[in-house]
Amino acid sequence: MADHIIAPRDLDWHPKPLAPDYRSSLLRSPNHTRLHYDPTVTEMTGPTFGHGMLGPDDDDLIVNYAQAGEAAIGPRIIVHGKLLDEDGRPVSGKLIEVWQANAGGRYRHKKDGYAAPLDPNFGGCGRCISGEDGSYSFRTIQPGPYPWPNGGNDWRPAHIHFSVFGDGFAQRLITQMYFEGDPHIALCPIVQCIPSDTAIDRLVARLDMDNTVPMDIRAYRFDIVLRGRGATIFENQMEGT
Amino acid sequence: MMADFKESPSQTAGPYVHIGCVPTFAGLQGMYGGNDLGAKMITGDPNGSRITLTCHVIDGDGVPLKDAMVEIWQAGPDGTYGPTEGFSHWGRQPTDAHSGELVFETLKPGATAGQAPHLLAWITARGINLGLTTRIYFADEDNSSDPVLAVAGDRQATLIAQGGDGSYRHDIYLQGAQETVFFDV
Repeated sequence: MADHIIAPRDLDWHPKPLAPDYRSSLLRSPNHTRLHYDPTVTEMTGPTFGHGMLGPDDDDLIVNYAQAGEAAIGPRIIVHGKLLDEDGRPVSGKLIEVWQANAGGRYRHKKDGYAAPLDPNFGGCGRCISGEDGSYSFRTIQPGPYPWPNGGNDWRPAHIHFSVFGDGFAQRLITQMYFEGDPHIALCPIVQCIPSDTAIDRLVARLDMDNTVPMDIRAYRFDIVLRGRGATIFENQMEGT
Repeated sequence: MMADFKESPSQTAGPYVHIGCVPTFAGLQGMYGGNDLGAKMITGDPNGSRITLTCHVIDGDGVPLKDAMVEIWQAGPDGTYGPTEGFSHWGRQPTDAHSGELVFETLKPGATAGQAPHLLAWITARGINLGLTTRIYFADEDNSSDPVLAVAGDRQATLIAQGGDGSYRHDIYLQGAQETVFFDV
């Protein structure tokens, strides 16, 4: 596969490492600024994952941890969209992993002691690989908001975590998806450490009635954008000949 | 550039990244057939020297993180990015819930196009708002003319794993006097 030149990252667009209102960042944020170098072959290449590794229900959180014939409890939703780069081109064949709390706002994790009960039929993770046109889709239940220890009366907006791979390892990204209309978005210290409302808006999924299945399941649309990839080195060489 | 096609802003992986990325480790029995992606880098009988790299990720109080995840991407013994039969150039390990230790069992990378043998490492956890990119070199290699180590200047010792004979240790310090060099690349 040809190597890609990867566009510089706009660090002012992302949250700063130290965000005092998000207390976990206090002891985990480097004090030095990141030192720059231009991507080498190491950063321009990255792992590839084939459809062959996926199980039939990996992209269906409603059933992928449920007993046979049962299903997770909660509002049924499709989350779908496109994986693109900053040039608007589809990023195809790339692994997308998601994880989330259940409909009551409880994670299946031994460190989560929130009063909301576990759902025996909900694990809380899923994965898929983007298609030729960058499209991806999975089914899940809408997660609930939950309180978290941050020194005050802090509640996370309902959210789904996304882990995304690109062509080059320098495009690697983890982020979170929120739901249109959630009043907790404006109150959440983790969301609000993103510097601009324009950037925050990019993480808010929209209700998508066109893809909502009548009497069955609602759809939310969420596009993900990775750092741009210039023309491939191979193509550059061809243009130069 | 239109904001529509600007990179999605990063958010922390939060305290439960293990559920999504290493669900079997996190206790979701049977998820994905019980195989956590990236857990095994040596999957066959590839040529090259096998090495063990033991790491911690340490916070500003000197305490190892227990909820972090580290991924590495590396060349094979021949200095290329493969694919290589019986070997995954990418690995992913969670920190242990009690000790904070994580261990990669991999192959020693070869020198790559003017660069000394190295691993690219990416660290994510609760409290880390944008994944941290660093590199890991080896104390028993000739690192003197590596261009990226030169960028790190007098802090380059924070990028060099100590050890030899196939066994290396490397701790990543998020803050403090020994703060590891992280890169914008």
